[in-house]
Amino acid sequence: MTVSDVLLLALGALAVGSGTLVVTSKHLVRAGLYLVVSLGAIAGLYLVLGAELVAWVQVLVYVGAVVVLLLFAVMLTRAPIGPSADLDRPVFPAALIGGGVGLGLAGLFADAFHWVRYPEPEPGTAERVGEQIFGAWVLPFEVLSILLLSALVGAIVLSRPDIGARQAEPEPEPEPATEPETEDA
Amino acid sequence: MHVVIPYVVGALLFGLGVYGVLRRRNAILVLMAVELMLNAVNLIFVTADVSLRSALEGVVIEAWANPGAAAPGTGGVFTLFVIVLAAAEVGVGLAIVLQYYRMRNAVITDDVRLDAEEERIAG
Repeated sequence: MTVSDVLLLALGALAVGSGTLVVTSKHLVRAGLYLVVSLGAIAGLYLVLGAELVAWVQVLVYVGAVVVLLLFAVMLTRAPIGPSADLDRPVFPAALIGGGVGLGLAGLFADAFHWVRYPEPEPGTAERVGEQIFGAWVLPFEVLSILLLSALVGAIVLSRPDIGARQAEPEPEPEPATEPETEDA
Repeated sequence: MHVVIPYVVGALLFGLGVYGVLRRRNAILVLMAVELMLNAVNLIFVTADVSLRSALEGVVIEAWANPGAAAPGTGGVFTLFVIVLAAAEVGVGLAIVLQYYRMRNAVITDDVRLDAEEERIAG
């Protein structure tokens, strides 16, 4: 057991524990906040594993943007503040499949890697990641930028009722788009 | 470091995500569980970068292979790609959820009728 092992164990226990609370909590907002803890612990795991840039991107994009977007959606759908009663389906099939997948994969990894010591990774620098992205993986990088653009346009089209496929149909009288709610998607 | 620890953590997180997707009825909670699954895969990518790098030390790369593609750090690059994909996914997914909420005033996935036809958008 070295220091990095202790850190990996502690951060892993934190990630799995708060992940369990994400999928079992009765409060919608609390589930989102536990997700912050879980993603932050995973960012710490990246740091221990030597992927420094990935850890900060995780904090920036996941904790900073994705979770905030999820919490916005929780509020825009007028979620109740207290515990909600109708959040869950029956537990048995989900627990069977989820537990089977999780424990099965965990057993597979434990069987494949045993308790073997690997050398400590040297901390990765942004320079190396940049060389990789713009050297070997330029084409996927550019394709991802196109995908982000199309996702942006798609989200705008979806959240605006006055544009989109509905206008292609012959409407008897095109009613003006009156939208009482403010929309922020 | 014992690389089996983050591997097992990733596997357990993936199982938790599968459980959450199957268990939850609220569409936003389903999206949160999907985020857990994506993070589990990211963690396994980064861990594989560490373990496979030390396993591949001294292996001569074939001449026809792209030498950059086998260099260390590839797991981190793929993790960045998956993070970008997750951001796009959650943007479009929440747009769909909010549009559905505007039409039906509900975010319960059990009530979504996939065979409903010719219903006008209320908004």
